[in-house]
Amino acid sequence: MARNNIVRKLDSVEEFEREPVPERKWKGWGSFIGMYAGEHTAGTEFVIGPLFVAHGVAAADLVLGLIAGNLMAVLSWAFLTAPVAVKFRLTLYCLLEKICGRKFTLIYNSVNALMFCFLAGAMIAVSATAIGIPFGLRMPSLEDWLPAGIGWIAAVIAIGAVTTLIAMFGYNLVSRFANIAAPWMILVFVGAAVAVLPELGVKSISDIWDRARDTIWTGTPLAGQSRFTFWHVMFFAWFCNTAMHIGMADLSILRYGRKWIYGFSSATGMFVGHYIAWIASGILYALFLIESNFSTEFAPGPVAFRAAGIAGAVCVVIAGWTTANPTIYRAGLALQAIRPKWRTWRVTCVVGTITTFAACFPALVMKLLNFVALYGLILMPVGAIILMDIYLIPRLGLRSGYAETFGKSFHPAAALAWVLTLIFSLLLNQLLDIEVFFLSLPGWFFAAIVYVAGSFWVQHGRIKERRVA
Amino acid sequence: MNAVFRSISVAGLILTLFPSFFVFGGMMTPETHKLLMLVGTVFWFAAAPFWMRPEDKQ
Repeated sequence: MARNNIVRKLDSVEEFEREPVPERKWKGWGSFIGMYAGEHTAGTEFVIGPLFVAHGVAAADLVLGLIAGNLMAVLSWAFLTAPVAVKFRLTLYCLLEKICGRKFTLIYNSVNALMFCFLAGAMIAVSATAIGIPFGLRMPSLEDWLPAGIGWIAAVIAIGAVTTLIAMFGYNLVSRFANIAAPWMILVFVGAAVAVLPELGVKSISDIWDRARDTIWTGTPLAGQSRFTFWHVMFFAWFCNTAMHIGMADLSILRYGRKWIYGFSSATGMFVGHYIAWIASGILYALFLIESNFSTEFAPGPVAFRAAGIAGAVCVVIAGWTTANPTIYRAGLALQAIRPKWRTWRVTCVVGTITTFAACFPALVMKLLNFVALYGLILMPVGAIILMDIYLIPRLGLRSGYAETFGKSFHPAAALAWVLTLIFSLLLNQLLDIEVFFLSLPGWFFAAIVYVAGSFWVQHGRIKERRVA
Repeated sequence: MNAVFRSISVAGLILTLFPSFFVFGGMMTPETHKLLMLVGTVFWFAAAPFWMRPEDKQ
C-alpha cells in the first residue's frame, strides 16, 4: 500500500518534458533568483575558489577577472538563452529534436547526460569530504584520481542516494530546497571567511588588500600547478557554465519564466556564488595551506569545518546537494529524451546511480576546472546551432527546424558543425597550445559558420525540389 | 504564526553572519563564533520551510 502511494506520487510529478510549459505553471522572479543563487552558491564554489589559489592567481586578476567574466555570463543567459526559452517553452532536447532530428538528439543526450552525471558526481564527492570528518576518513589530495578507500565509497553512496531521492520528486522540490538553503549558505561562506581573516594577518579593514596580495592570492602557484592570469579567471568565469547559457541547457529551467528578462536572475548566481563565494572559499583555503605547510590534501569539508565548525561542514554537504540536485534533474531530462516512455522518477534513479558511481573518483574534483571547461566546450556547439537556426537561417531563405520540416531524423549540417567544432578546438589546443578555458569562444563562431554553410548545402536541393513541385 | 517563523529565521541568519565580525574585531573567540553559527543554522532550517513556500502554491 505504502509502495503504491509512493509510486503514484512519483508518477504524478509532471515536468512537461515533451510539451511547452503551460501559462499556469510559469514562475516568477523569486523562483529563479533562489534557484540560481542556490545552484551557483554550491559545492563547486568550495573547489573553484581554492583551485584559483592553488593556481597562483594574483589578487587584482581575481577581482577584475571575476567581474568581467561573470558579467559576460549573465549577459549570455539574458540575451541568448532566456529569449529562446520563453519563445518556445520547450526543453533543450525537444527543440533539438525539431531542428536536428531524433537520432542526433539521441547522441547529444547521451553525451549530455554523461557530462551532467560527472558534474553532479563531483558535487557529491565534495559533500563526502564533509560527511567523512566525524569518521576520520582519509581525504583525497590534489594528485588523487582513485577512491581513497571503502569509507570514502560508503560516504559517497550515502550522499548519492539521498540526493537522487530528492531529485526523483521533481523540479518543485529541488527549487524549494535551493530557495531555502541559499540565503543561509552564502552567509556561512561570508561569515567563515570574515572570521578567519585575523589568522591571515588582517587586523583591520585597511590590511585586507595587502594581505590579499601577499598572503591569499599571491600570484605564485603551488608546486605542480600552472599559473592563472586575469584572462584565465575571466574566461573561466564566463565559460564555466557554457553548457547552461551558450549551450542552451537552461532552456529546461528558464522556459518556466514569465518573461525573457528573467535571464538576468542568473546575476544572483554569478555575483553571489561565483564572486563572493569563490573569494570566500579562497580565503579559507589560504588559511588551510598556511596551517598545513602547503599540504596537497584537497578536501573542502575539513577546510570549512576548520573555519566555521559543524555549520561549515553542513554547508559543504548542502552546497553539494543544491548543485547535484538540479544537475541530476537535467541529466534525467536528457536521458528521458532517449527513453521517452520512462517516468521521470525512474530516469532520475538511473542517472543518480551513474552519478554516485562517478563520485567515487576524486579526480573529478581535483581536475574540476579543466573538466568544467571541457564539458562546456563539448556541449557549446549545439547552442550555436539553435541560435543560428532560429534567428539567421530563416533570414537566408532557408527553413528552420530542418528535421521537423522535412521529416528527417538526422540533420547532417548539425552533426558536421558539432564534430568539426570539436576537431577545430582540439587542433587549436594541440597545435597552438591554446588552453581549454579559451576554446569555447572561437569554437562558437566556428560552429555557427559551419552550421549555416552546412544548412545551405543540405537544404539547397530540397527547397529547389519544393519550388518545382 | 508566520511572523514567529520569520523572526526565528532572521535570528538564524543574524547568528550565522554577525558573530564573525566580532571575531574579526577581536571581541569573540572563534569557538563561540562556530557555536553561534550552528545555532543560527538550526534556527534557519527549523523555521524557514514554514514561510518560504513554493511560489505556485501561494
